[in-house]
Amino acid sequence: MDSQTLIARLRSLLRDEQVLTEPEDLTVYAFDGTALLNQLPACVVLPESTEQVAAVMSLAHEQGVPVVPRGAGSGLAGGSVPVAGSLVLCLVRMNRILEVDARNLTLTAEAGALTQAIADAAAAAGLFYPPDPGSIKISTIGGNVANNSGGLRGLKYGVTRDYVMALEVVLADGQVLETGSKCVKDVAGFGLKDLFIGSEGALGVITRVTLKLIPPPAAKRTLLALFDRMTDAAETISQIIALKIIPCTLEFLDRATIGCVEDYAHIGLPRDCEAVVLMEADGHPAEVEEQATAMAKVAREQGAREVRTAASEEQATQLATARRTAFSALARLAPTVLLEDITVPRSELARMVAFIQEAGQRHRVRVGTFGHMGDGNLHPTFLTNERQPEELQRAEAALREVFARAIALGGTITGEHGVGVAKKPFLPQQLGPVGMEISRRLKASLDPRGILNPGKVLD
Amino acid sequence: MTATAIATGPRPAADGSLLAGLDYAVLQQCMHCGMCLAVCPTYEETLRERSSPRGRIALMRAIADGRLAIRRAFAEELYFCLGCLACTSACPAGVDYATLFERARAEVERRGLLDSPKRRAIRGLVVKRLFMSRRWLRRLGAAMRLYQQSGCQWLVRHAGLKYLLPPSLRRLEPLAPRISRRFTEALFRRLYARRNPARPRYRVGLLLGCVQDLAFADTNADTIYVLQENGCEVVLPAQQECCGSLHAHNGELECARALARRNIDAFAPETLDAIISNAGGCGPHMKHYGHLLADDPEYAERARVWSAKVKDIHEFLVEIGFRPPRGPQRPQRVTYHESCHLNHGQHVSAQPRQILRAIPGLELVEMAEADWCCGSAGIYNITQPEMAMKLLDRKMEHVRRTGAEVIASANTGCNIQLECGRERAGLAVTVKHPITLLAEAYRAEPPA
Repeated sequence: MDSQTLIARLRSLLRDEQVLTEPEDLTVYAFDGTALLNQLPACVVLPESTEQVAAVMSLAHEQGVPVVPRGAGSGLAGGSVPVAGSLVLCLVRMNRILEVDARNLTLTAEAGALTQAIADAAAAAGLFYPPDPGSIKISTIGGNVANNSGGLRGLKYGVTRDYVMALEVVLADGQVLETGSKCVKDVAGFGLKDLFIGSEGALGVITRVTLKLIPPPAAKRTLLALFDRMTDAAETISQIIALKIIPCTLEFLDRATIGCVEDYAHIGLPRDCEAVVLMEADGHPAEVEEQATAMAKVAREQGAREVRTAASEEQATQLATARRTAFSALARLAPTVLLEDITVPRSELARMVAFIQEAGQRHRVRVGTFGHMGDGNLHPTFLTNERQPEELQRAEAALREVFARAIALGGTITGEHGVGVAKKPFLPQQLGPVGMEISRRLKASLDPRGILNPGKVLD
Repeated sequence: MTATAIATGPRPAADGSLLAGLDYAVLQQCMHCGMCLAVCPTYEETLRERSSPRGRIALMRAIADGRLAIRRAFAEELYFCLGCLACTSACPAGVDYATLFERARAEVERRGLLDSPKRRAIRGLVVKRLFMSRRWLRRLGAAMRLYQQSGCQWLVRHAGLKYLLPPSLRRLEPLAPRISRRFTEALFRRLYARRNPARPRYRVGLLLGCVQDLAFADTNADTIYVLQENGCEVVLPAQQECCGSLHAHNGELECARALARRNIDAFAPETLDAIISNAGGCGPHMKHYGHLLADDPEYAERARVWSAKVKDIHEFLVEIGFRPPRGPQRPQRVTYHESCHLNHGQHVSAQPRQILRAIPGLELVEMAEADWCCGSAGIYNITQPEMAMKLLDRKMEHVRRTGAEVIASANTGCNIQLECGRERAGLAVTVKHPITLLAEAYRAEPPA
């Protein structure tokens, strides 16, 4: 079907204003939050209901048109970057929070609802939705589920998957699947719901989500430990975990990142130390006290220059908020920031951090590293300029070594950003031949015509 | 790879394109993370990426790269943008959206993308003539004052005469500010010239503003009074003009430069300790003169001196340690609306609140979204009335929930817009500049 006919058919299904085809519109949906990727789609569709999504999918399936589902476009692995000739299905207008069920401790929302709005709605009902990706203020819950997003609290509270109770998914051919329930226990049939969590839009389009909520912690304490050596900071984290302490948050920022975040947030972060570790304990007041004391002790034993305690709730929130801006703030140092997302077993943190530094030096590329160290998830960020191809090549060479090293240490190429296109070349190394083959069969059975986000995750 | 690496780098600006001629690093600074989406009023309203800061910058870059033709749709998008700069406060990467926005609008004007005989006539008259000269503005002000005082306005508003006006004028009429009986310099001569301290702590110049002087001369007078109460000698250079922000934000950079030069000559910044602005919208542009005239060999240095001395009134008072008014005073409940260009453009957000809290008897009640644009946005309420009124109604709803009797707000455009909103919403609130509240408190002080 030529694109004129496709657009005419789409306009018969939706209002004209929901089908965007002007070059000024296509240009702005040609990218997501990932560096270096840009591809114009054929058109952009803004559906407002599951029925509209189903109608669009059914048309795309019949005509074999590639469809790229998208939320806020804050992804960091190119998962929502269009493919040539594709229809971008942008769900941001399906943003209603449908229900907060305080008797069953669940929340149901359309896929385009903002993660922050969900956290706020839960809080307003005296409940807590813990997953808090860095992009929480703009990301959609559908995007979070499709990428199984993590966040700063992953260490203690887990990731998006741990909170998904039920999904409504529009399949490649337009059929609507409802899977899961509000039941805490539910083992009826295969775990279909789980297939779509982290499927990156390649197995179905998530249109509605039911989430588990929990009671909020009664108390909270935030500490900031300052280190003169990066490896001391990494070793502190490994020690805290080895002592069986699981705080809410153990975040790490290196010197370059601290400087950038401070330039933006002006909250008095120390610019003269090599690393800071942000530690947050939450829960029962007695447990918080005990954890905070123990973590401060470990930090001092590992050579922390100073351990500060946040004076107020407001200050603690400022620290966490500032930490979430780390990735974007690093763009102050270089025009192109290649953000990675490797994760290693926590006993290997110091070794991995040292290797990243060394790889950066060897290939003469600046690296800023920050991340959710408590769960082993690091974000080494290579600072380069896309307009200098030679430097870009060196950065990419360093990245390949970092991936290989992470896998060799028993880690993974992506902890929370997904594979998309950016990590696709490294996936076979990670999954092995059997894992790849099963993944291909799964994709073929759910999307036989290969129209859903083609070329993402797998080829 | 399914996606291709993007064309990198601008074409040489052979056609004189202001976008292609930009330092590419300014465009490249945006790494499209989307953190700005959460704070952009036009994105929230439309949920269309082109109406977001990230989208607008992507369009500018595509045009600079030669990947996208510059067309009317781009021009319309740039004029749909409020220019509120909330995105710059939200941007962790430090993108200079203000510069991108000004350049892009200037390029739109250079190419005449929105040109029509009517638009050209209005812009020629208003932007390039009226607002280039305070003499003309004062004549217009006197005429408007006559309209308002003679009963004509009453007839238009209450006796149904408004239906005789063409629809565009009928829409604008409620936005017309109430013109002051006397303009600032007359007030100064009558009441304040003698009050300048004999041995001042600081010698400061005050920018009177264009519309501010016509509609809020009393606010200027209150600013003078407050400065004098704090030991400042205030001078009002006679030859001063509009600051030029209206021109710069509407694509007339050359007019803006001409006004900047005239103001520098009028004030002689070398002779002053500070140049004070009391309108949130003027301050950031005045602080920008150094940048605006950087390529002018004759004025570049003086413009730098000027920029370093420009202070918002609240910023200045807090810096010099203003004197808190003595109590007790009558209780009042006040909510504070942040002028976008005071907050996002100058990062002056804590100081006005600090001043309000120092007033005895004043209870400051924060409204939700105090930092969200009210829809005034320079002349946006005239050019984009639909969006402007949506924002205004949203603002007034937040005001209503505070139960405040006064909205404190520190920008000419906002204050006119909020006056209009007060009437639309039928709210029993008054709109006052924080400095007016401070001046009132000084005047009402019990004897020491």
